Amino acid sequence: MIKVRAERLNFYYGATRALQDISVAVQPNVVTAFIGPSGCGKSTFLRTLNRMNDIVPGTRVEGRVLIDDADIYAPGVDVVALRRRVGMVFQKSNPFPKSIFENVAYGLRINNMAGSRSELAGRVEESLRQAALWGEVKDRLHESALAISGGQQQRLCIARALAVRPEILLMDEPASALDPIATQRIEELIYDLKQAYTIVIVTHNMQQAARVSDYTAFFWLGRLVEYDRTDKIFTNPAEQLTEDYVTGRFG
Amino acid sequence: MRRLPDRAFQAVALAVLCLALAALAALILDVWRDGASRLSWDFLTGFPSRRAESAGIWHALTGSVFVILVTAALAVPIGVGAAIYLEEYGTRSLLARLIEINITNLAAVPSIIYGLLGLGLFVRALGMGRSVLAGASTLALLVLPVIILTTREALRAVPRSIREGSYALGATKWQTIWHQVLPVALPGILTGTILALSRAIGETAPLITIGALTFVAFVPDGLWSPFTVLPIQIFNWVSRPQPAFQVNAAAAILVLLALLLTMNAAAVWLRDRYQKKLV
Amino acid sequence: MRRAEFAIEWALFACALVSVGTTAGIILVLTVETLAFLREVPIAEFLFGTEWTPLFATPRFGVLPLVAGTVLVSAIAMLVALPMGLLSAVYLSEYAPPRLRRTVKPVLEILAGVPTVVYGYFALLFVTPLLQRVIPGLAGFNALGPGIVMGIMILPLVSSLSEDAMQAVPRGLREGSYALGASRMQTSLRVVVPAALSGITAACILAVSRAIGETMIVAIAAGQQPRLTWNPLVPIETMTAYIVQVSLGDTPQGTIEYRTIFAVGMLLFLGTFLLNLASAWLRERFREVYG
Repeated sequence: MIKVRAERLNFYYGATRALQDISVAVQPNVVTAFIGPSGCGKSTFLRTLNRMNDIVPGTRVEGRVLIDDADIYAPGVDVVALRRRVGMVFQKSNPFPKSIFENVAYGLRINNMAGSRSELAGRVEESLRQAALWGEVKDRLHESALAISGGQQQRLCIARALAVRPEILLMDEPASALDPIATQRIEELIYDLKQAYTIVIVTHNMQQAARVSDYTAFFWLGRLVEYDRTDKIFTNPAEQLTEDYVTGRFG
Repeated sequence: MRRLPDRAFQAVALAVLCLALAALAALILDVWRDGASRLSWDFLTGFPSRRAESAGIWHALTGSVFVILVTAALAVPIGVGAAIYLEEYGTRSLLARLIEINITNLAAVPSIIYGLLGLGLFVRALGMGRSVLAGASTLALLVLPVIILTTREALRAVPRSIREGSYALGATKWQTIWHQVLPVALPGILTGTILALSRAIGETAPLITIGALTFVAFVPDGLWSPFTVLPIQIFNWVSRPQPAFQVNAAAAILVLLALLLTMNAAAVWLRDRYQKKLV
Repeated sequence: MRRAEFAIEWALFACALVSVGTTAGIILVLTVETLAFLREVPIAEFLFGTEWTPLFATPRFGVLPLVAGTVLVSAIAMLVALPMGLLSAVYLSEYAPPRLRRTVKPVLEILAGVPTVVYGYFALLFVTPLLQRVIPGLAGFNALGPGIVMGIMILPLVSSLSEDAMQAVPRGLREGSYALGASRMQTSLRVVVPAALSGITAACILAVSRAIGETMIVAIAAGQQPRLTWNPLVPIETMTAYIVQVSLGDTPQGTIEYRTIFAVGMLLFLGTFLLNLASAWLRERFREVYG
C-alpha cells in the first residue's frame, strides 16, 4: 500500500528547474526521511506534497503527486482541504503571536471542528498531550506562545498541526534550530506519532535520519539519487554518490 | 591639511541643520508669544463673534473632530481593503501594478486639486452640498494614498512564516489574513492611519475649495450640516487686518498644534508599545 | 465557503479601484469645466495672455501672471530648500553620529507635519516683518517671505528622501574611496552624492512639485494681485492662491469666473503630474541600480 506517490515531478522557480523527474512512493505509518546537502531540493519537494509552494510567486509544477491515488495537482482540487489532510511543521518554529491555547485551537476553529467550548478544550488538551507538551504548559495555556522555549514552541507547532487530525505530517528540519535535549524529545515524539500518521521528515542531520526513519531518500542537485530502507541506505547503498554522502566524504 | 575643508564642510552642514531646527523653534515661540495669553476655557468653548475678545473656537474644534471621524470611517476601511488587495492578492498582475503607480502619483497631487474634485464631484454632481459629508469624502480621498502605502508596509512586515503556518493548517487566504496577518499588522496600520489623519486635520485648502463656510456659528449636527474647521477659522482670522483677530489665530494655532501633538504621540506610543511584540 | 472567499477578493479589489476612480474623477472634473471655459476663452489667450482680471468688469484671462507668481515663489522656496535640504542630508547620512540622527530626524518630521496654514501665519506675521527691518521696500504681502517659509516647510522632504537615497549607496563604494585616502567630504561629495544622484534628483523634483501645489502659505502671505513680475518684494498671486480667492467668494456655478478655477486647476494638475512622473521614473531607475 502506498500513501503518497510522486510521478516524474518537476519543479521550477521561474526558469530554474529545482526538481528533476522525482518519482517516489511513501508508505503509510512509517517515517520517511529526505536527506541531502542544502539546496538539493529536499525541502522544495516536501513543500510540493501539501502545495505550500503555491503561495510562493513564480513557481511551477509539472508531473503528478498522488495521495491515496488521487492527484493533488489535478484541476479543481481544493488546496485548503488538502492542507488539512497534510499537516506541516516548519524548520523555524512559527507559533502565532497568540496564547498557547489559541495556537492549537486556531486550526479547529477555521475548519469548523471547534464544537462546544468543552469539546474544543478537550481537543486542545489531546493535541498537546500527543505532542508531549501538556504537562509543561497545562497551567499557562493562556499565556503567549512566544514566551515558551524554542523546543516547546516547536512541539506546540506539532500539536497545532495534529489538532486538525491530518493523515500525513510533513516536517521540514523540525529540530535544526533546537538544542540536543529538545531535539531528542522531538525524535521520541516522531517515533510515537508514526503509529497514527504517515510522517515525512526533511533533515540535514544524517544521524537523525538514521535514528528516526524507516525509509530514506537521498537528494542531490534536484534529483532523487536513491530511495530505500534506511538501514540499507546507511549500510549498503546502491549508489556511490549516496555512499560518499552518508559516510561524510563530501558536503 | 586635508582635514581643514572637511571640518569646515561639516561645520556648515551642521549649521544648516541647526538653522532648520531654529526655524521650527522660532515658529513655535512666535505663535506661543502671540497667542498663549488668549487661551482660556471661554476661548475653547466660545462661538465666533464680531468682537475678537469674545470670539471662540468651539464650532471649529467640534467641526474638525467630527469631519476627521467621518473621514476615518470612510478612508480606513477602503484604504486597508485596497492595501490588502495589492499586497496579498493582486501583487503581480499588470492591473495591480498600474493601481500601484496610480497611488504613488495620487500621493503627490496638490491637496487643492482634491478640493476641486470634491467641489465638482461631491458638492455638485452628487448633490451633497457644502456638508460635513462632502468635506469628509474629499479628505478621505486625500488621505487614502497615505493609508494604503503605510498599511502595505505594515502587511509586508508580517513574517511569511506566520502565513505559512496558517495555510499549513488548511486555512483559506482570507482566514489567514483576517486571523493571523491583520492582528500582527494592526499596530502598524493604526500608526499610519493616525499620522494620515493628523495630516488631514491640518488641511485647509481643499475644504476652502469645496466651500466649507468660514462663518459658521454652530456645532455641526449631522452629516448634512454645514461646517467649518479649525484651520479655516485660523485662515479667516489671519486674513483680518485687526491685530486682535490675529491673536485669536495664534491661540487657535496652539490648539491645533496641541491636537496634532496628541495624535502623533498616540501614534508613536502605539508603535513603541507593539514593536517589541513582533516576532 | 469558497464563494465567500471570492466575494471578499472582489470587495477588496473594489477598494483598490477607488484610487483609480479618484484619478479618473480628477481628470474628468477638470476636463469638463476646462473645456467649457475654453469655449469662451481662446486657448492662446489663456496660455499666453499677460493680464489676469477675470473678476473685473472687463475680464482678461491671460494666466501668465499667475504662472509667474507660482514660479517666483517656488524658485525662492527651492533656493532655500534644495541647498539646505541636501546639506542636511549629507550631514545626517555621512557625518552625524547615530544618536544625533535618531533625535534630529523626528524633529524634521515635525517640521514637515506642521499645517500649512500655520506656516502662512508664520510668513505673514513673523518672517515678513523680520525681513522688512532689513529690506525697507518690502511690501506686507510679497513673494519673498512666503517663499522662504515654503522652503523651510519643504526642506524635510528634500532632506529625508535624499538621505534615503544616500543610505542606499552600498558601503563598499565608501570603503573603496576611504581606502584610496579620500577624506570624508571627498567621499561624500565625489562618491556618495554622484552614486545617489538619480535618487536625489527625484527628491528635488518632488520638492518643486510640492512648492507649485502649496496653497495656504501663499494665499495668506503673498497677496492677491496677479502681476507679471520677477520682483520678490511686491504682492503677487499664485495659481493656488487664486483658486482660494475665488472659492472664498460667492461666484455662482456655471459662470466663466467659476470655471476659471478649474482651468487654472487643470494647469496646476498637469504641471505637478509631469513633475511627479519624472520623479517616480528617476526613483525607479535608482532602485534598479541599488535594489
